Amino acid sequence: MATTYKLISSVTVGSGGAANIEFTSIPATYTDLLVKLSGRSSRSGAYAEEFLLTFNNNTSSYSERWLRGNGATVASSSFSGSSIQQLGQPGAAATANTFGNWEFYIPNYAGANNKSIILDGVTESNSTTAGHALTYLHAGLWANSAAITSIKISAGSYVAEQYSTAYLYGISNA
Amino acid sequence: MASTYEKIATNTLGTATGTVTFSSISGAYTDLVVVFVGNLNAAATCNLRYNNDSGSNYSQTDVVGDGTSATSQRRSNGTSFRLYDVGLSSNNINILIFNINNYSNTTTYKTTLLRSSDTGGTSEVGMGVSLWRNTSAINRLDFINGGGTWSVGSTFTLYGILKAA
Repeated sequence: MATTYKLISSVTVGSGGAANIEFTSIPATYTDLLVKLSGRSSRSGAYAEEFLLTFNNNTSSYSERWLRGNGATVASSSFSGSSIQQLGQPGAAATANTFGNWEFYIPNYAGANNKSIILDGVTESNSTTAGHALTYLHAGLWANSAAITSIKISAGSYVAEQYSTAYLYGISNA
Repeated sequence: MASTYEKIATNTLGTATGTVTFSSISGAYTDLVVVFVGNLNAAATCNLRYNNDSGSNYSQTDVVGDGTSATSQRRSNGTSFRLYDVGLSSNNINILIFNINNYSNTTTYKTTLLRSSDTGGTSEVGMGVSLWRNTSAINRLDFINGGGTWSVGSTFTLYGILKAA
């Protein structure tokens, strides 16, 4: 039986952190893509800081709708702009050695339709304060018909801390 | 590296279809994953049933966000896992990912986690958990659009996950 879930590439952030985690030259030979991300932001004082997701170095035509629980309340909102945002990761004020846990599923990434994405992620910090840990679920859309050949996960104005990791898998249903 | 995530079957719809069925599912895996990517012309009666059981053996708890507010609801003694309670809509391209863990054991009731994403910017994102109160091994899945059809081009893919040897 064919293997349907194959590691394409992985990144482990080294000493000093990295502004971006990138996968480039993604082959079009799979049906879907899956990214598994373990991240932490360098932002000072922050318990949760956003990473930004873009494709093909394109910074337009992104929209998203998200659902978030913070330990006290649950909320939903939407956003349109230059990236998919609100990908919460622990910041510098969060408990040491804690990293966010995210998964991005991108079906039909090489097709000619606009690209739909489902993303979910969590942070946890053993804090008793609401907002110091989060759980997220996103519906994302990149309204672009180009095949996805690169993925960039940006830490915005900060860096992804050392030991942040990302794994890119290709999934085939052929 | 061991292969632990294998495709069992794929159904890409060439014609609009009311019910999509995976039958004779092998019990050889540890868990099942179903990925649906596509659209439909009526979401109001979409359901998932296991082993073609239409008894009142299903319950579920859901949380859904529409971009403005978040809501949660639950249902008990249902006759199916109601997918439209978890954000499935007829507006845009939907992604549904089902995780059906320990599906082939014959001791416990079966629990399924569903995450849903309707990505057109006008609909919902949600997640739900369903319980099927039956100890039978799951060997059949029916995705039923009782009020309409799943659209042409929609894809249902069933994967089996094996625990690593």
